Amino acid sequence: MSDSFVLAGESFGSRLIIGTGKYRSFGEMTSAHAASGAEMVTVAVNRVPLDGSAESFLDHLDPKMRILPNTAGCYDAEHAIRTARLAREALDTEWIKLEVIGDQVTLLPDNEQTLDAAKVLVKEGFIVLPYFTDDLIMARKLLDVGCPAVMPLAAPIGSGMGVQNPSNLRIMREQLPEATIIVDAGVGVPSDAAIAMELGADAILMNTAIAEARDSEQMATAMNLAVQAGRLAYLSGRMPRRLYASASSPIQGAIK
Amino acid sequence: MAQMSITLNGELRGVPSDSTIATLIDFLSLPEQRIAVEHNNKVVRRADWPVTNVNQSDRIEVVHFVGGG
Repeated sequence: MSDSFVLAGESFGSRLIIGTGKYRSFGEMTSAHAASGAEMVTVAVNRVPLDGSAESFLDHLDPKMRILPNTAGCYDAEHAIRTARLAREALDTEWIKLEVIGDQVTLLPDNEQTLDAAKVLVKEGFIVLPYFTDDLIMARKLLDVGCPAVMPLAAPIGSGMGVQNPSNLRIMREQLPEATIIVDAGVGVPSDAAIAMELGADAILMNTAIAEARDSEQMATAMNLAVQAGRLAYLSGRMPRRLYASASSPIQGAIK
Repeated sequence: MAQMSITLNGELRGVPSDSTIATLIDFLSLPEQRIAVEHNNKVVRRADWPVTNVNQSDRIEVVHFVGGG
């Protein structure tokens, strides 16, 4: 069965997109990336240290993976736009994970600033993948301005809380059947990833759940399988929920 | 060598007063590959580094890529 994930005209064999932060070593990151099966990886844009300590971080990424730069750390549209432009110049890529944070404690997105930045960046030819609060109306607005996908959060960044509002994801899936929905942030364990995929997410982006696992390589394998399992379950169509039992064995013919 | 003061990655720095972006990157011994430079909030294309003059009090950002999610 062919079920590739198509995003902005590009086809991916994996529906897992992974981060590059918080790993204890480059070696662990490389192993985890390989185990995850992911074909797209996100990286942050940051000031070059002026003391000569800059490391060639990108050399530790599999060259076959698409690099998705992000605007993490930006708190308004202007900074996110500038960061996206710098990323495009440095990597020669139009792809950008747009992230405009509204608050330092929760790292929840500033949806208004995100939309403002998305409008500008789409006009400039960027492939804008926006991180935002899991809200149908906001998703519509982001799609309307030309984002090829939307990336609702499952829970706050790095919280590992899992899908906090499954109803919102279901509503988004049902009301936007054609949209590409990537759940970004908040996954903690493989069951969280599977739940998001079962609800109809097209892909999942995660970082901390793998990077902070005691064995990140093994957790990456688990996440890879969970995303696949959740996807297959979504395509298969779940059984209805029932309040009462429904016998699996024939009731007639049991000995008395 | 005459010096001028610019704001480089948020820090005040003395640099040669006849700097271009290209000579500045060299002067600072920064890695040239897979970085990007912003000059007073505008990205400078790599091809334009040698012809973009840096002036007193200019704001320069030089960025690269780090781990993130």
